Amino acid sequence: MTESEDVRNEGFDDALDAVAEGEGYYLECSNGHGSLPPRRVCPDCGDTELTEQRLPASGEIDTYTVTHVATPNFADDAPYVVAIADFGPVRLTGQLRGVDPDAVETGQVVGVDVATTETTGERLLVFERR
Amino acid sequence: MPGVRVAGVGVTSFGNAPERTGRDLFGEASAEAFSDAGVDRADVESLYYGNFMGELAEHQGHQGPLMAEAAGIRAPATRYETACASSSAGVRQAVKDIRNGEADVLLVGGAERMTNLGTAGATEALAIAADDLWEVRQGMTFPGAYALMARAYFEQFGGTREDLAEIAVKNHEHALDNEQAQYNSEISVEQVLDAPMVSEPLGLYDSCPISDGAAAAVLVSDEYATDHDVDAPVAITGTGQGGDQLALHDREHLATSPAADEAAAEAYDEAGISAADVDLAEVHDCFTIAEVLAIESLGLYETGEGVDAATRGETAAGGENPVNLSGGLKAKGHPVGATGVGQIADVVKLLRGDHVNSDAVPDADVGVAHNAGGTVASAVVHVMEVRE
Repeated sequence: MTESEDVRNEGFDDALDAVAEGEGYYLECSNGHGSLPPRRVCPDCGDTELTEQRLPASGEIDTYTVTHVATPNFADDAPYVVAIADFGPVRLTGQLRGVDPDAVETGQVVGVDVATTETTGERLLVFERR
Repeated sequence: MPGVRVAGVGVTSFGNAPERTGRDLFGEASAEAFSDAGVDRADVESLYYGNFMGELAEHQGHQGPLMAEAAGIRAPATRYETACASSSAGVRQAVKDIRNGEADVLLVGGAERMTNLGTAGATEALAIAADDLWEVRQGMTFPGAYALMARAYFEQFGGTREDLAEIAVKNHEHALDNEQAQYNSEISVEQVLDAPMVSEPLGLYDSCPISDGAAAAVLVSDEYATDHDVDAPVAITGTGQGGDQLALHDREHLATSPAADEAAAEAYDEAGISAADVDLAEVHDCFTIAEVLAIESLGLYETGEGVDAATRGETAAGGENPVNLSGGLKAKGHPVGATGVGQIADVVKLLRGDHVNSDAVPDADVGVAHNAGGTVASAVVHVMEVRE
């Protein structure tokens, strides 16, 4: 038996590996809809022809929040900034690092990377200002 | 098509009861519903029961049969799970069963035990309503998700933290005399604004509490009510459900709730009403911003115009669009699996005239209940009308 937390999530962890290597990708259907893996079908139109496309290097913060009350897995990380950033074909949710929470604004341009949490050392998506 | 009547409702007090089991809570609520209905338990043909976090809070799956036992009925029982909209989804199934002639008497309801998990544990349990891989692993909490929506709303349509605070103040005011509510305390706009931040721009008083509780209702067909002389003046005349992508970032809009738009449109269409006919609404105000999204989806306000409805006094008791006369999730409490049927119980009592706040709506004929799951990836709306 393998401990379930040690088992990779196929598709998702592969996508994080690619982001960590600076080669992030998203999925695109033949009608041009973007989505995040793992998927077998486009959630917008049902098309099954999905190909990996290079994630644009930068996105724009659409909205953000400074979280003070965290779950146990993020207890030592709080307070932290969670943002949704628009990369064009897809949006991503991630933590904004390296910016004073009071200095965050919507519209700021960010890149995406993979880092680890303070509390558990688990991987997560992080945004950094460009 | 057979009509659907609410024969009886029962709700436990919502609040802090960490030692009480789910089965005990649902036993109490269902007993009150049967007593209110005057319907024989032996006539119940199915139980549709809502619960969200039973595995995490009580290490208990397969809760349908357990809750049928707790209610003292011997009938097939199924648990419904659509996060915080779970018990409304069960009601919707019951309405369909009665309409299509498959059943005459059904028990619906839900229960949730939460406070035994503590604040951090309950926050973690609630977070599983979001996308684990692409949201939760990044540290997004449930209040955090609504905070993202609140900031997006402010950016797109305007509105202020003060406007949201007015919603919390109003809902606390409505619960002052509601003995079953978790809070019977008045709060001020200043208190809301000065409260500790949970996830900016939402503070502690923008958020509903963590609650234990249960709710139940006995639904019967028109024919059964007539044949058995059951006094059931309130009918469920419309049911609607909408869905959306699970993760907030996958949606086209971050400051609206299209799943609830769809649910409301379907429910209104079935009932043959429009938003202008609605006399009162119980809506899913898990956070203050959620009430704004709800009243816009229900068509009580245009998109982008609902944020200051409470500031203008329009959604308060005595206003033109009374919303959450029960106190809402904010003041009444939010035991998630019980919330949907709890809302229906409030609407039924407000329409029957035996709710603590019925005097605020003496001539009400049409009420709606709006119940949302997650960041409104699930939404269920029911229309109830007085039919003597």
